Amino acid sequence: MIGPVTKPDTRDSELDRTRRDAALEDTWATPLGLWGALATVDHKIIARRYILTAFCFLALGGVLAMLMRIQLAQPEARLLGPDRYNQVFTMHGANMMFLFAVPVMEAMGVYLVPLMIGTRNIAFPRLNAFSYWIYLAGGLLLWIAFALDIGPDVGWFAYVPLSGPQYGAGKRADIWAQMITFTELSALAVAAEIVVTVFKQRAPGMTLDRIPLFVWSMLVTSFLIIMAMPAIMVASTSLILDRLVGTHFFNPAEGGDVLLWQHLFWFFGHPEVYIIFLPAVGMVSTLTATFARRPVFGYLALVMALIATGILSFGLWVHHMFVTGLPRLGESFFTASSMAIAVPAGVQIFCWLATLFDGKPVFKTPLLFVIGFIVTFVIGGLTGVMVASVPFDTQVHDTYFVVAHFHYVLVGGAVFPLLGAVYYWFPKITGKLMSERTGRWVFGLVFVGFNLTFFPMHVLGLEGMPRRIYTYQPDMPWHGLNLFVSVSAAILAAGFLLFFIDALRSIRSGPPAGFNPWNAPTLEWAMASPPPSYNFARIPVVTGANPLWEQPDELAVADGLRVDRRELVVTTLAAAEPQARESSPRNSIWPLLAAIATTVMLIWSIFSPWAVVWGSIPIAITLTGWFWPKHVPEDEA
Amino acid sequence: MKERVVVADLSRLPLHGLGSASLTWWGTMAFMLIEGTGFALVISIYFYLMSLAPLWPIDAPAPDLGPGTAVTVILLASVVPNTLIARWAERQDLRKVRVGIVVMSVLGIAPLVVRAFEFPALKVSWDTNAYGSVIWMLLGLHTTHIITDLADTLVLAALMFTRHGKNPRRFGDVQDNAMYWNFVVVAWLPIYACIYWVPRL
Repeated sequence: MIGPVTKPDTRDSELDRTRRDAALEDTWATPLGLWGALATVDHKIIARRYILTAFCFLALGGVLAMLMRIQLAQPEARLLGPDRYNQVFTMHGANMMFLFAVPVMEAMGVYLVPLMIGTRNIAFPRLNAFSYWIYLAGGLLLWIAFALDIGPDVGWFAYVPLSGPQYGAGKRADIWAQMITFTELSALAVAAEIVVTVFKQRAPGMTLDRIPLFVWSMLVTSFLIIMAMPAIMVASTSLILDRLVGTHFFNPAEGGDVLLWQHLFWFFGHPEVYIIFLPAVGMVSTLTATFARRPVFGYLALVMALIATGILSFGLWVHHMFVTGLPRLGESFFTASSMAIAVPAGVQIFCWLATLFDGKPVFKTPLLFVIGFIVTFVIGGLTGVMVASVPFDTQVHDTYFVVAHFHYVLVGGAVFPLLGAVYYWFPKITGKLMSERTGRWVFGLVFVGFNLTFFPMHVLGLEGMPRRIYTYQPDMPWHGLNLFVSVSAAILAAGFLLFFIDALRSIRSGPPAGFNPWNAPTLEWAMASPPPSYNFARIPVVTGANPLWEQPDELAVADGLRVDRRELVVTTLAAAEPQARESSPRNSIWPLLAAIATTVMLIWSIFSPWAVVWGSIPIAITLTGWFWPKHVPEDEA
Repeated sequence: MKERVVVADLSRLPLHGLGSASLTWWGTMAFMLIEGTGFALVISIYFYLMSLAPLWPIDAPAPDLGPGTAVTVILLASVVPNTLIARWAERQDLRKVRVGIVVMSVLGIAPLVVRAFEFPALKVSWDTNAYGSVIWMLLGLHTTHIITDLADTLVLAALMFTRHGKNPRRFGDVQDNAMYWNFVVVAWLPIYACIYWVPRL
């Protein structure tokens, strides 16, 4: 593919289409081979890695869930001992939240946002590469520790004093705390990239009211990450300090406080739920419009609902702490705010229903997942309003009722839309269609398996079965339902297995997808599938919210960019008027080296505080190498 | 898809955006928002622990004012050359920027030297009690920010004396670095009040 080197300052308008595309490919492509793979900064390649890695962690977390279900299928089972069981449920929660749900949603954003807003790469592409390596290192840290029997065993929220120096001997809680540092670092990096990409790299003419709803949802999510994740980093750092150098943040004997941990954790932990849920909402809006064959009903209301949910999500955290004996007035405030968030959720549900009602819905697999989402999420939302009430929450706190509730909102609210989104965007990412027939089976198995698995847990919780118990006695009235739940979990697992088989088989031998197999309206469908390295041969000019429906045959574009330099257009924040032909950095090995240096420092610091001093030196060196200007056209200004 | 060229061409646009047209300017803003949230959280921890304690500070005298106040004076004074260097960078005056960045490097080292005396002046150790833990954390967190911005300033100073210096991108980097230094100074003021003056109330 390497064509003749293009003369400096060659414009796209000077070349015919074939030579122009070859020159762009020459400038933007990731070279084949190991070095190219390690040095790439292409948002599509990095996002693909993110998605693949996250789904591997989903499968591993699913295996842990099945182990728990086999253990609980009968009373007094002996498959897992109490210590291993503690590790298994902690790993399941921490893995699903930090290594699967948040990264996979961000990864979908990393792949899709630049394509949907009409630009050629994400902002700060080297930071993007760095964030993936850091995420991978955090995931490996957690799972290797688990394999060595030093996996964390303190629950995914690692409450003190259980995780503190007094009760949490050994390094298990430190592994949890440092895994947090890794994953939050990577999440914060991606959030900053997405905010700047959406603010400054939108195609000319893409004013605020023409931004696709998925992009809006990723923008709001990114702000939630920026405001919420520092709380968990402060919390996990204080925990490590308490454990390593003897600070007393969480030690009541010396003026510290255990509830401080819960405040910090849930100030992050509640927005975290919406960090997972809001991208799913964006996916649902996108899928609904495409398959209802009309623009989404209530665009403005949906954007406002996203923002309102984002703001309200910071005022709910105490509802996780209703049984800690906080003042009654405070509890009432948090009950009210928890119920208030049902309002924007309801607005969105009705907008989607109106879109489907007024459109001509085509019931392809992605839309099936949307409908499954609406049903399941409404049930989860109803139990959410129930547990927002203090007396009810006091009754069911720490029981399987809560387990049922949050699986309904997280799996129903986020994983169903995600699976729909995979069926929807798989053709764009791989160039191949997934099987419609298998897709229907996947949906059926997952939807039925999910509801049969988790609905009975409400009943188990009302019957008093506590969470996080490794077994129960035969005289408890829980045996029958637990067995039923475990058998149903096998149906759910079969659904996911079939999904993985379908995806792998379609990559190899699916039918070719073409540009726009669903006749969708947004810009990511304007180029070949999979997209070329430069995304858009010429930057599109946007005149409406649904560009490919408004101009079905030809795409309005602007020209004048150089093809010998990685160039993209920077536009104004609100009106998206062109401001500069900004360059986008070339591939570089430095982000990987910086990530390795950071990993060494972070893992070393579990064992010695001096790691922060000595470990920072290689980080400083690698960062200098990263930013030091090279003689490339991208450095021209 | 077929393409239809519509608007006037993009070829006249500058090769690099300055100020709020620059991506790194926005990246620095996002970074400041992240860091600012972190500072606000640790200050919240400070007041949370204070609200629980029957006496504040816990089992310790209030810190000595000397070194902390000296750091505050140096930081506030550094805002003047920092504002100047931002202005010179905007005018792309390489000679003055070179002088200014050397001055700013020195003004990054000076507060660190005085800060070495600040930690003993706290008169409490991080492992004495929760009060000690939180003020050491506040001071440590802010010191980390001085060190990271100093490292950035030193690298940038080295760059400005190479052939890479005369480039609008570098002047933009100098402006962003100056903006971040202002953030480091402003973030210090509430921390200074918490560590040194709240215990005296």
